This record gives sequence, C-alpha cells and structure tokens, in this order.
Amino acid sequence: MVDILLPALGETVYMSFVSTFLAVVIGFLLAIVLILTSKGGLRENLKVYAILDVVINTLRSFPFIILMIVLFPLTKFLIGKSIGTTAAIIPLTIGAAPFIARLIESAFKEVDKGVIEAAKSFGASDSQIIFKVMLVEALPSIISAITLTLITVIGFSAMAGAVGGGGLGDVAIKYGYYRFQTDTMIYTVIILIALVQACQSAGDYLYKITKK
Amino acid sequence: MITIENLNKYYGDVKVLNDISIDIKKGEMFAIVGHSGAGKSTLLRCINGLEDYSEGSLKVNNKEIKSLNKQQLREFRKNIGMIFQHFSLIQRKTVFENVALPMQLWGYKKEDISKKVKDLLSLVGLEQKMNAYPSQLSGGQKQRVAIARALTLDPEVLLSDEATSALDPNTTTSILNLLKEINEKLNITIVLVTHEMEVVKQIAQKALLLEHGNIIGFDDTEELFLKPDEKMKDFLGETEVVPNDGVNIKLYFPKDNAYQSFITKMARELDMDFNIVWGKLEEINSHIVGNMVINIDSKNKKIVTNYIKEHDIVWEVL
Repeated sequence: MVDILLPALGETVYMSFVSTFLAVVIGFLLAIVLILTSKGGLRENLKVYAILDVVINTLRSFPFIILMIVLFPLTKFLIGKSIGTTAAIIPLTIGAAPFIARLIESAFKEVDKGVIEAAKSFGASDSQIIFKVMLVEALPSIISAITLTLITVIGFSAMAGAVGGGGLGDVAIKYGYYRFQTDTMIYTVIILIALVQACQSAGDYLYKITKK
Repeated sequence: MITIENLNKYYGDVKVLNDISIDIKKGEMFAIVGHSGAGKSTLLRCINGLEDYSEGSLKVNNKEIKSLNKQQLREFRKNIGMIFQHFSLIQRKTVFENVALPMQLWGYKKEDISKKVKDLLSLVGLEQKMNAYPSQLSGGQKQRVAIARALTLDPEVLLSDEATSALDPNTTTSILNLLKEINEKLNITIVLVTHEMEVVKQIAQKALLLEHGNIIGFDDTEELFLKPDEKMKDFLGETEVVPNDGVNIKLYFPKDNAYQSFITKMARELDMDFNIVWGKLEEINSHIVGNMVINIDSKNKKIVTNYIKEHDIVWEVL
C-alpha cells in the first residue's frame, strides 16, 4: 500500500506546488495590471481593465475538468503531450491564476490610500509605489491568498487523474472507489487532510510573523 | 515662494475652487481654514501636484506646477514634505524604516540615511522608538514619525493636511509646538489645512478662510480674529448678546493694547461708569488680543467716542 500512496503523495505535492507557484507568478502580474489600470489607479485605463476583467471572469467560470479538456491543445504545445503529471500542471496553473489574481488584487486594494498618497508626496515612482510600498503592506494578505490557492489547487489536482496525472485523488478513485478498497480510500483521505492542515498551518504561521 | 493666481478647479461641473489668489512667503506659517468640503485639502494638494487645477496658475519657486512632466513632478516633490490626518505610515515597517523610506527611494547612501534618520528622530523626540512598529505608538507619536519622514529630503515647504484633527487637545498642542519649532529652526515654510480655529490661533501667522471654494478671508491671523467681518463672524459662529437700550461700543485690543488698563483709565478720567456687557480675550500667536463691548447712556456717547478717538483705539458702535 505504501508503494501506491507514497508516489501518489509525491505527484500531488509536485503538481500542486509547481502549479501554485506558476499561478502566483502569473496572478501577481495580472493583479498588478488590474490595480494599475483600475479606476483611480496609478495608470488608469478602463479599457484594459474591462478586457482583463472579462478574461479573468471567463476563466474562473469554467468547471476545472472542462478547462483541462479545453486546454489539451495548449498543453500539448507547451509540454509535448497532453497527459501525465507534468501535463496536468498547465490546466491547474491556468485554472488557479485568475483566482489568485483576484485575491492579490483585493489584497492590494486594501492598502491604505493615504500611504500611497504619502509615497507620492515624497516623489516615489509608480513602480516604487507598487513594490516598495503596496507590496510591503499587502504581503500578509498575499500570503493568506497563496495558502488559500495552494489548498484549492490540491483539491483540483484530484481531478488530474482524469488526464493520467496521478496523485492521491486518483488513487482514491481507482483503488478506493472502483476496487472497493475502503482502507486505501481512508488512507488517502487522511494523508490529504494532513497535507491541507500542514499547508494551512504553515500559511498561518507566515501570516503571523509578517503581520505587524 | 508659493504664488497662486486666479486658480479654479472643477470636479465635473462642480466648481470646487473659485478664483483663488494668494501668496505664501518663505518661512511663513500659513493656515488654510474652512469647514469640511470647503476645498481646503484640494487646494493644499494642488501645491504638490497630488491634485491638478483646471485654470489659473500655481507657482512654487517660480515653477508652474501644471507644466511639470511626471519625472519633473517627482523631483519637485522632494522639496515639499507632507503630513496627513491619519499619519499614513507603513504598518509593516519600523519607525526607522518608515522615516528612511524616502531617502532609500531616492538612492541615498546607507550611512547618510542612518545619520539623517537618527537626527530627525531625535528632533521629534522618538529616538528610543526607532525599532517600534506604528501599531505600538500613540497617535501623537505616529504623527511625529510622519513629520520626521516628511523632513528627510530637506524640503523647503511642509504641507500639513489636518495633521492634528485626529489627536486630543494636549497632543495637538505638542504637535503644533513641534511644527513651530521646525518652522523657526529649519526655516521651513509650513502650509497647514485645518478646520480647528484653535490651531490657527495657536500657530498661524497668516490665514486663508475658504467656504465652498471661495475665499472669505485672507489676512494676518491677528487681524482676522481681532476684527472679524460679518462673513468671518458667521464662520466662527460668534454673535454678541448685548443690551437693547443705551449705546453699545465695541473696543478692539490689538496685541500692544491688551494689557493696558484702558477701560478703567477711561472710567476714571471721564468720571463715568460703564457696563461691560460682552468681551473676549484670547491668545493668538502667543499674543493676547481681544475685544470688549461696553454699554453707556445715549447722552454720553459723544464724550466717550471722542475720548476713544484721542487714544487711538479701534472701535465701532454696534
């Protein structure tokens, strides 16, 4: 049983962490564009904002399993194949990026307008305001957002089994559901609970030490 | 050094500043006063380009603010510090880091930053709190940090936007004293926006009164409070309650006269009794100024007014 569960745990961790990392990078860039171009933003541009808004909402409306199928051609183009653990990373990333973009955008929005105005008053440039002021202030909220995304992605990755991605969710379905191995199912669930708990605790700890 | 001429500003169709023309001299302590929504903060923000203006001219050191491009405006803002009602400190940075931030952004050397920040923190009396976070400070202390931060780039002008409005009266006084000290020691021009008359009286040399974007008073602070005109009285919400019979004469005591025993002297010399029916003395800019209303018999009006005229006292019959 360990030979089944251990590689599956590895696959879940690999898929979730890599795609969350990529999603954070993409989501962060999107969030910066959103915050810059929003009404009253540093580079207000309502057209760009509206377009991005629609794109993000559209991607977020897809059920993940459908998104995976829709993205087959893109995955094949990027990875060279559309099935397997690594291939599952592409849809997971694209599914999570708009989600985290929204979360980071709202973390940035929470930054006190007065602080931004103060930064302007001593001559900070737009990029300094974003990176040296807003990012610093929003960091704890962004850490919470990343924790939330990571846990959501762990949940999504269970569906990666559908494209041969493996992982704990796949084991639970294959062995626990199709082959009635209830004990395997219980073990995978326990491992998933422990994994999610560990991620949340780590996220909470980081939030606590960064929040002043 | 700050010259504003015929400045107008609109928000959409609403005119928020109407034909403002003022001149603020170097080293002056200048107050912009008004109720909420009068346009005072907007006017203040025009001075460092946080707000733009629709028409007219605003020059600082002969530079027209509107003509500056983004880069020039950033450069220009180094010369103008600003403090805010809610302090606007970065919560996740220590006191030291907050004060150091402007110099870091402008690429100063580490040693220079450290020295300057320590000097400024000792000027505002917070050198022990260097490593504290803003959440561990009181309101007055936060504002002191903000003042230190505003001074890091050696500005010629300090703008204060309701800097004491969130503070209790004692703390307000200590912050005002600090501003006064900065004004005198460093010869920094201070433009402060406030809705509190007490603030104006305590430190401003000159004041501009705004209501609905219009200037309703612009003079030396002592003049404004000593002899308020109708609009100003209305603004201050002051009315005298005086008797209906007899003649009521209001005497003004500018700073040199307040301590002279004019009324008792007049009573003695004219051998006449007066009823003091209204009066007020207050401290403005550390001078005592005030006015007093006396009530006399109509038949004595001529004698009294002649006596007052001879003694070069400002007066009026109510």
